[in-house]
Amino acid sequence: MTWIVQNLWLIPALPILAAGLSALLKQRSRIPAAALAIGSLAISFLLSLCAFAHTLTHPAIQTFNFNWFQFGNQWLQLGWMLDPLTAVMLVMVTFVGLLIFIYSVGYMEHDENFTRFFCFLALFAGAMLGVVIANSLLLLFMCWEIVGLTSYLLIGFWYAKPEAAAAAKKAFIVTRIGDLGFLIGMVWLYAQSGTLLFYNAGAGCLEASALSHLPVHTAFFGLSAASAIGILIFCGAAGKSGQVPLHVWLPDAMEGPTPVSALIHAATMVAAGVFLIARIYLLMDAQYVIWNGNLPTTVPPVALEVVTWVGAITAVFAALIAVGQWDIKRILAYSTVSQLGYMMMGLGVGGPAVGIFHLITHAFFKALLFLGAGSVIHGCSGEQDIRRMGGLSKSMRVTFLTYMAGMLALCGFPFFFSGFWSKDAILHAAHNWNISQAPFYMGAFGALLTAFYMTRQVYYVFAGSNRLAAATHDDPALAAHFEEPAHPAPHHPHESPAVMTIPLVILAAFAILLGFVGTPAWPWFQSFLEGNSAFLIAGFPEPGVLPVMLSSSLIVLLGLGLGWYFYGRKPIASAEAPDALGELQPQIFSLLGHAFYVDALYGATLIRLNTWWSKVCDWFDRFVWNGAVQTISYLVVGTAWVDNFLDAGIINTGFDSSCESVSRSGDRLSLLQDGRIQSYLRVIGVALIALVIFLLWGAKA
Amino acid sequence: MSSLQSYLLLSALLFSIGLAGALTRRNAILVLIGIELMLNAANLNFIAFWRFGPTPSRLTGIMFAIFSISVAAAEAAVGLGIILAAYRHSRTTDLDQMNSLKG
Repeated sequence: MTWIVQNLWLIPALPILAAGLSALLKQRSRIPAAALAIGSLAISFLLSLCAFAHTLTHPAIQTFNFNWFQFGNQWLQLGWMLDPLTAVMLVMVTFVGLLIFIYSVGYMEHDENFTRFFCFLALFAGAMLGVVIANSLLLLFMCWEIVGLTSYLLIGFWYAKPEAAAAAKKAFIVTRIGDLGFLIGMVWLYAQSGTLLFYNAGAGCLEASALSHLPVHTAFFGLSAASAIGILIFCGAAGKSGQVPLHVWLPDAMEGPTPVSALIHAATMVAAGVFLIARIYLLMDAQYVIWNGNLPTTVPPVALEVVTWVGAITAVFAALIAVGQWDIKRILAYSTVSQLGYMMMGLGVGGPAVGIFHLITHAFFKALLFLGAGSVIHGCSGEQDIRRMGGLSKSMRVTFLTYMAGMLALCGFPFFFSGFWSKDAILHAAHNWNISQAPFYMGAFGALLTAFYMTRQVYYVFAGSNRLAAATHDDPALAAHFEEPAHPAPHHPHESPAVMTIPLVILAAFAILLGFVGTPAWPWFQSFLEGNSAFLIAGFPEPGVLPVMLSSSLIVLLGLGLGWYFYGRKPIASAEAPDALGELQPQIFSLLGHAFYVDALYGATLIRLNTWWSKVCDWFDRFVWNGAVQTISYLVVGTAWVDNFLDAGIINTGFDSSCESVSRSGDRLSLLQDGRIQSYLRVIGVALIALVIFLLWGAKA
Repeated sequence: MSSLQSYLLLSALLFSIGLAGALTRRNAILVLIGIELMLNAANLNFIAFWRFGPTPSRLTGIMFAIFSISVAAAEAAVGLGIILAAYRHSRTTDLDQMNSLKG
């Protein structure tokens, strides 16, 4: 057991410790709070690099399991593990997290709740790292829930704003709905395989003995138990990763500060769902053979099909909605949902290597885009509507250049940008999927839409002239309209401070360079994840790669061209001018702008049902349960009254009257003692005579 | 009726008169007189039984009577002293009024 594997627990523990200490700090101790968070995550980053270096030479899975508590004669075990997937995720989370922490120092400078922000950020980082290293589905679930909690706390960071509080609540509840499926799947898995550890020297639930008999048990509708469990756990991943229909919380989550959007809702937390599916991929991929006479047929893993279809639908659905949005962060939010759909699709058609590669590249360029958007918002003094931006390419050069790098990576601009290579891997795997070609075409259409809406966004935000200054000049009421609190009065946009632009530059570099570790000519990343040793010689591309690369390049260029055609030819006139596409097709554009009215649908059905049910429960509680409690209390009071009656009325009275009679008889007896000697003497005399008579009578007899 | 019986009857009569006096008279001195009467009745009893007893020649009865008379005298003196002290305290000789031990 090497040193790093034994001490892997330090990687999540240090940020959580930092969070705990920050929670005790006062509001004005900003430097200690930021130092704790950034320092702990920096140490975690260094440890993650050690772990990564270790897995380069030892790619086999190494675990450290321990007993937690005993029930009956079984022990519940938890543990952590180190393998290529874990190492890659650790490095990504800590590195991107570290950059975003540094960025937040500049972004949250004017906010008075700076300390609380860094406390929550550190807690999030620790919990996310816990999800990554967990070797037990239970430990993963516990950290998963903490991640959800911190997401709630950070989305609702400005809790005094009602929209933020509502968005936080929505995020938590929607992900909780998914987690219900997760929990049921987890319990079922434990019942079937007797353990929740993934790898436990042959006894884990992802290892051969469990996988050999799990798929064979059929559940219902001809599903194998493995697939059913996989689908249930995918419910949790769908909630966390914003797949349709549980995507509704992600756009509203943009109410949180932009670093939160970058870290949680772009790079890491929403990737946790994808990571989970990659982690339990062996379970979802478990196939079994049924014998029809002498012909064996392998029953395909239904779970992976479900993942692929959901992912493909999400990719297109969200990309369509992103076309019609006006808020800079909402466009990126729907883009994230769409890219998560791509990742799930990649997992389903091509396996963990394909999906995780896109996850890693996406983390970098989406974090870059969000941080860039934050820089833009900061420069525009809190304005988030792209109709009121413009001309920032001249006033915010660094932001503009890095944003372009991120945008091109997201669109998948050929060759130089990482997004191209990772998205291409997904499309190639989808093209080779033998069940259906539809996900490939959906993915291609989504790529077209991605290029289109990102071009639209870039033209609105960076090109032309500054519409904010013009608009606020004419409308003083508008000048008072701000999305974020504690920002100074509007002035002409300015570049953000270095503490915010340097992380942008670093992320941009990675957005470009990271693609080259996964090209088909040198698939280092994919082979590393599959457990081969790190230093692989370059191989020739597989057949069929080139046509897919060419067609995806053409699609991207077509999307960029369409974007230029609608938004780039003429400069955008003013903030009130309608959208160019909207002029062409107003009803479709309005449908997209309202996100296909999904929220309204949920509000009319599920929310109304929930409200009705809560009223029923309230009635029940008030009259039935409360009535029962009241009845019991009246019974008790009645018994007490009867008891009082018996005690005071009967017992006391009886006792008192007997005491009275003793007292009265005593009074009467005392009349005998009248103080006169002669009466005493008379009594003596009579007594003496009586005694003599008695004795004489006695003697006689 | 023999002589003895008449003496005994006389002493019983005297005793009861003395008892009645001691128990009913209001004046303290009259109670003392009653007590004296009872003592003398007892003396009479002594003499009667001596005279009509087995050895009338020996002076047994007379010795009894003389002792009894001297005791009666001493006791009368003490009794008078008590009455005087009580009179000085309560300024009356009425026994009915000396009831401070009433309960």
